Amino acid sequence: MKILVTDPEGAEHELEGLDGWRAMEVIRDWGLDIKAECGGSCSCATCHVYVGDDWLERLPAPSDDEEDLLYSTLDKRPNSRLSCQILLNDGLDGLKLTVAPSAAKDA
Amino acid sequence: MPHALWPQENWILAFAGMTSRIQKGWRRAGPSIENEMSEAEITTDVVIVGAGPVGLFAVFELGLLDLKCHLIDILDRPGGQCAELYPEKPIYDIPGFPVVTGQGLIENLMQQIAPFAPEFHFNRMVTNLEKLPEGGFRVTTDGGEVIRSKVVVVAAGGGSFQAKRPPVDGIEAFEGKSVYYAVRKMDDFRDQDVVIVGGGDSALDWTLNLQPIVRSLTLVHRRDEFKAAPASVNKMKELVVEGKISFETGQIGRIEGDNGQLHHVHITTKAGDLAIPATRLLPFFGLTMKLGPVADWGLELNDNLIAVDTEKFQSSIPGIFAIGDINAYPGKLKLILSGFHEAALMAQAAKKIASPDERVVFQYTTSSTKLQRKLGVVA
Repeated sequence: MKILVTDPEGAEHELEGLDGWRAMEVIRDWGLDIKAECGGSCSCATCHVYVGDDWLERLPAPSDDEEDLLYSTLDKRPNSRLSCQILLNDGLDGLKLTVAPSAAKDA
Repeated sequence: MPHALWPQENWILAFAGMTSRIQKGWRRAGPSIENEMSEAEITTDVVIVGAGPVGLFAVFELGLLDLKCHLIDILDRPGGQCAELYPEKPIYDIPGFPVVTGQGLIENLMQQIAPFAPEFHFNRMVTNLEKLPEGGFRVTTDGGEVIRSKVVVVAAGGGSFQAKRPPVDGIEAFEGKSVYYAVRKMDDFRDQDVVIVGGGDSALDWTLNLQPIVRSLTLVHRRDEFKAAPASVNKMKELVVEGKISFETGQIGRIEGDNGQLHHVHITTKAGDLAIPATRLLPFFGLTMKLGPVADWGLELNDNLIAVDTEKFQSSIPGIFAIGDINAYPGKLKLILSGFHEAALMAQAAKKIASPDERVVFQYTTSSTKLQRKLGVVA
């Protein structure tokens, strides 16, 4: 499966995703600019992404913890999610994500 | 002393969950929050910047070699990310522990290093690091402490924790005047109309601590469930029932005031906009990490990480070592496990610098009576 990720600079990347991985892990593993400082424990909001097109409703709803963290970011939009909370599966082939400015390493 | 009360603009520290954790009574060398700056210069063998798991274990490895350590950390307690970001989350890849929580690991490390009596300087950031012409280093903190050491070990993980700004336009103009991200002096809040935003331990603890001295207090959280100690939540709810504080479910909107002095905080609730008269705002939106002053110490950096060799984990400046998540070398894995290994090798190299004339014999804690004496397990 593939995911399509736009990095904080605006460049688009087609990344090989792995079933069972978190979207954050794939983005980080491919060396794109994402801070992800807590390493995937839904504690920091530095893997904040915008979910593209009509993909949002195809993801399981965010937990209260995730919503609290998203609300703490300066650049939250209606399609905001934490990429560490998006578990990939083959049904998400083609998922479009844009790394939010606040998740860039030097943000 | 405005400097100590309010350090450089962004370099704000937050005291997450302060009261509950302070009661655990970690040994502290630094002055308490309300004290004046300390003047005396301290002399020691090693200054460790960062009291996360790797900094703590470095105390153990250095202690076996008779090196005395002072640790400086911006948080109010040991543990770094383990304590701040994931205290309750299980970790599965620490050798010998099939599962341990972040907090559990830190408590074990504190017990393990207790025989070496490390000195902690919490709520402090290292602002200056100077190499002395006669050898060694002078380390200065934002609390005014000056420590001279033979060796410096940077174990600062992802950098300094700093408070996150809430999503409020123009809040910068109020910071340090009527908007604070930490309580440094309770008196700043006496007889004030205080709004506290957040649902974690910091928000709840300060609601309970400040309530007796404020004129009014409103706690705001986006839902009526909290990620805080249940006892604190219950106490807060009692205060609401008694009419001593207010609680509003909603999100912080805009703030109003003049010349940095707040007079209203607007909350977006389900019922619409609510303007709360307020002279003080304490937003607790969690912490994030920045490399901070480490970037200014003249160390060779590699993508914002300190470049080190893999024999000694020494930086480009001899005598300054970097271990744990903050260093970079080919093949680096950001694991607590790797940081522990780096601490052991660093300690051997640090010993040669601190005691150049002493011959160091490598020993095991299982068989060496000398090491066992240092650990206090044999007489």
